[in-house]
Amino acid sequence: MFLINCPFCGEREQSEFKAGGEAHIERPKQPTELSDDEWAEFLFMRKNIKGVQFERWNHAHGCRKWFNIARDTSNDQIKAVYKMGQKPPVK
Amino acid sequence: MSKNLRFKSSKQVDETYRISFKFNNKTYYGYKGDTLASALLANDVHLVGRSFKYHRPRGIMTAGSEEPNAIIQLHDNTSRTEPNVRATEVEIYEGLVASSQNCWPSVNFDIGGINNILSPVLPAGFYYKTFMWPKSFWEKYEYFIRKSAGLGKSPKEADPDIYEHKYIHCDVLIIGAGISGIMAAKLAAKNGLKTLLVDEKSFLGGSTIYDNSEFSKINNQITSSWLEKEINEISKLENLEIKTRTSIAAFHGYNFLLARENLTDHLPINQRENKIRQRLLKIRAKKVISATGAIERPLIFDNNDRPGILLSSAIKKYIDLYGVACGENNILFTNNDTAYETAMSLVQRGIKVNAIIDNREEINSKLSYEIAKNNIKIFKGFTVVDTYGYKRINGLAIMELSKDGQKVIGKKIKLSCDSLGVSGGWTPAVHLFTQSGGKLKFREDDQVFIPHKYPSDQLSIGSCNGDLSLEEITTNTVLSVKKFLNINNTDYKTFEITTGINKSKRNIWLLPSDKILGKTKSFVDYQNDATAKDIKLALREGFRSIEHVKRYTTTGMGTDQGKLGNMHALGIISETAGTKMGEHGTTTFRPPYTPLTFGTIVGRNVGKFFDIIRRTPIHDWHVANNAKFENVGQWKRAWYYPKANENMHQAVQRESKAARDCAGILDASTLGKIDIQGTDASEFLNRVYTNAWSKLAIGKCRYGLMLNEDGMVYDDGVTTRIGENRYIMTTTTGGAANVLGKLEDYLQTEWPELDVYLSSVTDHYATISVCGPHSKKIVSKVIPDLDFSDEKFPHMSFKNTKIGQIKCRVMRISFTGEQSYEINVQSNFGKSVWEKCMEAGKDFNITPYGTETMHLLRAEKGFIIVGQDTDATMTPIDLQMDWIVSKKKYDFIGKRSLYRSDTIKDDRKQLVGLLTENPKEVLEEGAQIVADIKKSPIEMLGHVTSSYYSPNLNKSIALGVVKGGKKMLGQKLIIPMENKNINVTVADPVFLDKEGERLNAEL
Ligand SMILES: [Zn+2]
Repeated sequence: MFLINCPFCGEREQSEFKAGGEAHIERPKQPTELSDDEWAEFLFMRKNIKGVQFERWNHAHGCRKWFNIARDTSNDQIKAVYKMGQKPPVK
Repeated sequence: MSKNLRFKSSKQVDETYRISFKFNNKTYYGYKGDTLASALLANDVHLVGRSFKYHRPRGIMTAGSEEPNAIIQLHDNTSRTEPNVRATEVEIYEGLVASSQNCWPSVNFDIGGINNILSPVLPAGFYYKTFMWPKSFWEKYEYFIRKSAGLGKSPKEADPDIYEHKYIHCDVLIIGAGISGIMAAKLAAKNGLKTLLVDEKSFLGGSTIYDNSEFSKINNQITSSWLEKEINEISKLENLEIKTRTSIAAFHGYNFLLARENLTDHLPINQRENKIRQRLLKIRAKKVISATGAIERPLIFDNNDRPGILLSSAIKKYIDLYGVACGENNILFTNNDTAYETAMSLVQRGIKVNAIIDNREEINSKLSYEIAKNNIKIFKGFTVVDTYGYKRINGLAIMELSKDGQKVIGKKIKLSCDSLGVSGGWTPAVHLFTQSGGKLKFREDDQVFIPHKYPSDQLSIGSCNGDLSLEEITTNTVLSVKKFLNINNTDYKTFEITTGINKSKRNIWLLPSDKILGKTKSFVDYQNDATAKDIKLALREGFRSIEHVKRYTTTGMGTDQGKLGNMHALGIISETAGTKMGEHGTTTFRPPYTPLTFGTIVGRNVGKFFDIIRRTPIHDWHVANNAKFENVGQWKRAWYYPKANENMHQAVQRESKAARDCAGILDASTLGKIDIQGTDASEFLNRVYTNAWSKLAIGKCRYGLMLNEDGMVYDDGVTTRIGENRYIMTTTTGGAANVLGKLEDYLQTEWPELDVYLSSVTDHYATISVCGPHSKKIVSKVIPDLDFSDEKFPHMSFKNTKIGQIKCRVMRISFTGEQSYEINVQSNFGKSVWEKCMEAGKDFNITPYGTETMHLLRAEKGFIIVGQDTDATMTPIDLQMDWIVSKKKYDFIGKRSLYRSDTIKDDRKQLVGLLTENPKEVLEEGAQIVADIKKSPIEMLGHVTSSYYSPNLNKSIALGVVKGGKKMLGQKLIIPMENKNINVTVADPVFLDKEGERLNAEL
């Protein structure tokens, strides 16, 4: 169980958080303009990286804020934690 | 058998405190400090169980948690019974009752023993290959396999003991209180670090604490005395907490560890009352030092599993620590020097050692010369090729090894013995290290895996790090701990070590025999009966990965996770496949290191604390009025209210009829309620619901359907506009938390520009729904000041009002199709307002109804229940709810998905009504729906989602989802059941009052 440094509350146990999948997938502004394939790309396609992966997390049993983390999936090391709307601070 | 093999008192065992215990219905005696294993051995009992597959007699093999054979059941047929307990870890107490587990009907006569004779037909993969065919036979095999497999019996009564969980935060956690752990604890604690030292045993000092021979010294003191002084010193340190009988179960990432602390298992049962039995420690350590020691390896030769064959180190521990000899005529078989320490321990107490068989040709340790002086024959360059004796070893045969160690040569020599100690060298206990994600490397010199890359702030020291000699342990522990903890000052200077042994070793994974392999039983995994032959067979059948070989042969898959034999399995694989040991890696050791009880895992979360229970403010009334309850998520909801001798069906029929004929009252407090405020609240609802919200007037209510982005129905409910910028949204009972989470997610991540605030107010209000043709009269009596006329208060509108001093919101909305009012009051007034409604409704036969009747009433109207009539594959179009999907809105969650090529298909499963040919026949929910039963295989068109007998229509009604169902109106379909086929007709899902006249109907 890892420790996550919530950008609003500080370091807390993983059990307080909920994982929300891959980060930086923006909901298309004009979905009606998209072809089936383009919409499916947004809807279904997710990366499954061995290495540093950008993920959405929610402090569900805390401040309930969503934020992003950069986590190395091979060893669970969290390289960075950053707020929604910000660019990932690591590669 | 009444031999006494207790030789002299030891510090561990208190001979003034005699304890009686029962093993397999026979009474024995031991002393305080004994383990069940040491006490049995003192009584010359070796045979303790039968092996898993072949049911061969098995004896105590080790003296620790790596024990594969002595697996017993404690206190059988009592509420405290526990299976899969290792006799080597149980401390005896007055009244202990233990029995062999893996034998049926008894350990001495065992039906499964026939498997031993049948063994040529029981190769690796036997169970997979045989019992899977024919499938229908599995039920017959299963009973006997399970019975004779001897997996122990789980208790049938509630566990009377108390368990708890505890969090511990520390600077340094040290796992293992052997010599290196003790030294590390002293270094850490004396430098001001908050230190926790844990050990699974009842005493400190590991195997060094009984290393009391003249040949082993530290700074000129006998090693055990040196360590005793160290222990005395650290036990006084204030910032050091020591926990014995505490076993680390799991080492997770970020230095989070789980440990089980045993508090009462060593006490007589009558002293355990009201005490906590076991504690699950949740430890978060800044730094972790593993000092978990090493486990001695057995040797792999024919019939290496007979009772009386033990690890050499176990024999040493039994005699040195407990004063117990494992036999009167001992033979030791080794490939390294440590067995000579065992020999010396026996010799010094006058116990006969007949011979030492050593794989090595050259042996030149000081101790070996001493042993030779005692007229003990040492067979150099020899190996054991067979052993004799069924329930106890009584002899063995040896032969000389060829130069390359691949063959045996010369003549067979037979020797007699009643105990054989084997030593194949040592395996560092890296289980916890690998569990934590650590990477190992292979050390060729002595064929061991040792820690290589640490995944967190941790360190391995002592023999678990591959430092197997006293010299390495002492020196390296100080050096590496100083560096790891970043400390300079220590009490330790240099160490002057005296030892009688060297490091030399001749490693042969599978010892050669004069027989062909197929004729031998050389056990690699004792618990699962996997032999060297099985492993070779797996390779021959094409398995290469160690993980596959493990599963195919079941090597390492017992409760001991192959602590003894895994290395040999790897060795045999690499020898056979001609690959290098290090290349295969090892199998993954998964938590728990040793098994945990369920009690420890759940702690205090048992009985009524098992899960959170949510009760509505009106709950006590339901209880007082004989309601039966059902669980909906964490809520307890009134299900139905049986009167006198009514069964559920009768109660529901009565309630349903009353609700339509007179009046019904329902506690709807569990519906999720979300208070939505902000200048963009209307726009927000436009985006999350499929229909339009901007034009909803203040004071009006509207039903809304919420989709996932994939177009599938997610939740539904009525939302009321109570102000310009304020709405109250209701959700399904089960969906409340998820809907709030989803709305927050969109607000925070996709639409942060919207001025909208959400709060969950589910628990703040009690909701009382009064429906039926008399409902208006009843609510008018409860709230006389409010104008309930249809003109002033029409369907789908809302009023703020008061019942006396109590503020309330009344919504005129209906989930039954009847005229219906929902009164929302602050929770604490819920029960009194409910009682007022009951009082006001007395003259109108007001009838409380539960969730079952609610479901029936809404089914008559064809209203869906999200999660019952839908799963995550139903769009609003599939549900025939096209009317609620706005064509005008540019976007809402899930809109684009509604015209994906897949969602517009005609033959999707669609919601339809179903009427049975026989109106009395009620379908089973979940039953399959087909059109043609002659086709093979039969094509499943869908299934029944809701089904009831409607007392208002006097016939059976059902909802179901059917492929292309929308176009099947009037078509005949079939519901095939076990004993009959039921004919049904596809119907409109709205069975009652399609025109909606009852919404305004009054009596
Ligand atoms: Zn937070």
